[in-house]
Amino acid sequence: MSRLTRRSALGLTATAVAGLGLAGTAYAATASGPANGVVPAAGDGHTGHTGGMDHTGHATPAPFDEVYQGRRIEGAPAQGGAHGGHHGGYQVRIDGKELHVMRNGDGTWISVINHYETFANPRAVARAAVVELQGATLVPLA
Amino acid sequence: MTVRKNQATLTSDEKKRFVNALLTLKRNGKYDAFVTTHNAFIMSDGDDTDRVGHRSPSFLPWHRRFLIEFEQALQSVDSTVALPYWDWTADRTATSSLWAADFLGGTGRSRDGQVMDGPFASSGGQWAINVRVDGRNYLRRALGAGVPQLPTKAEVDSVLAMTTYDEAPWNSQSTGGFRNHLEGWRGVNLHNRVHVWVGGQMGTGVSPNDPVFWMHHAFVDKLWAQWQERHPASPYLPAAGTANVVDLRETMRPWNNVTPADMLDHKKFYTFDAA
Repeated sequence: MSRLTRRSALGLTATAVAGLGLAGTAYAATASGPANGVVPAAGDGHTGHTGGMDHTGHATPAPFDEVYQGRRIEGAPAQGGAHGGHHGGYQVRIDGKELHVMRNGDGTWISVINHYETFANPRAVARAAVVELQGATLVPLA
Repeated sequence: MTVRKNQATLTSDEKKRFVNALLTLKRNGKYDAFVTTHNAFIMSDGDDTDRVGHRSPSFLPWHRRFLIEFEQALQSVDSTVALPYWDWTADRTATSSLWAADFLGGTGRSRDGQVMDGPFASSGGQWAINVRVDGRNYLRRALGAGVPQLPTKAEVDSVLAMTTYDEAPWNSQSTGGFRNHLEGWRGVNLHNRVHVWVGGQMGTGVSPNDPVFWMHHAFVDKLWAQWQERHPASPYLPAAGTANVVDLRETMRPWNNVTPADMLDHKKFYTFDAA
């Protein structure tokens, strides 16, 4: 975990600071479900009815913004709303860098970091990417 | 004629030739072009968009063509080389000879997942990860960490017993077809699980960065051939007129001159050492 990243995260929003309390507890969790020891926060994608529905009938997950294992993870519907593409009309960032995510037809999610296993929502896929990154920074494809 | 062999049976000379051909393609840049191609498809293949390489009926013919092209690149370096296959139902532990220092090297260290031995270890200076999605330029693995068990022979047999090649909606949600169970989005999960079991780059969109990618897919390809043998009356599906996916006689990107029909008989291109 990058000390610098954690320190820089300290100045973030109230949501992010609240998330810091959770950051140390879930290390080595798979982040693929509630078994990671983190109590799902309000607005978790499991219950994301606040974000509206897209054309396939899946609820668009609500926005989130938290610090997980020292990394800031953010998710929100993409600019312009759900455009029906396979990104699910949703954008996820880790420390400000885009994590490419994709929504499966059944409403589960994958990312470019965890491409062969599915997660319940964008928050879970972002947390799994944080675990897998082990402090590394996302980069645009070379 | 190319004969693809079980990696566990390769002689030390065969291993050395395969590894040397890989390192040569890495050096001249051809290897990384394959990684780029694979990632471009895996990023764009969506359940409700045009899909060619993944989560679609053409998952198997697309990867067959992709592997043939890669094998030909290897053979342009050393004509004696063929793609070995990794039977993960048999060689299913991190102590298998596959992961020894004279072949692919082993699992990564815990601190950063870095593979520390073998010809593809970063310290050897011959295997930089150039096509990457994060800052790490070294090969990583975490054998058995993402999921503890590789698929078993019984699980493979249960999938080979399925009689229909694929079915609507022709994506990761198809519930009754051989293709989606082999790919792993439904059922016992064969192909996807192996990517996760290896971990590191193998779990990402740039999975061909790990040379084991080719040996894994050579085995998936062999399972397709075995399924065809077992179900000679079961055709590739869909036959025609299906939106967003590649029908039997439609061409596949990026080649645009090859169809699933062209890929149905692997024996035109290579054979396997055993049925």
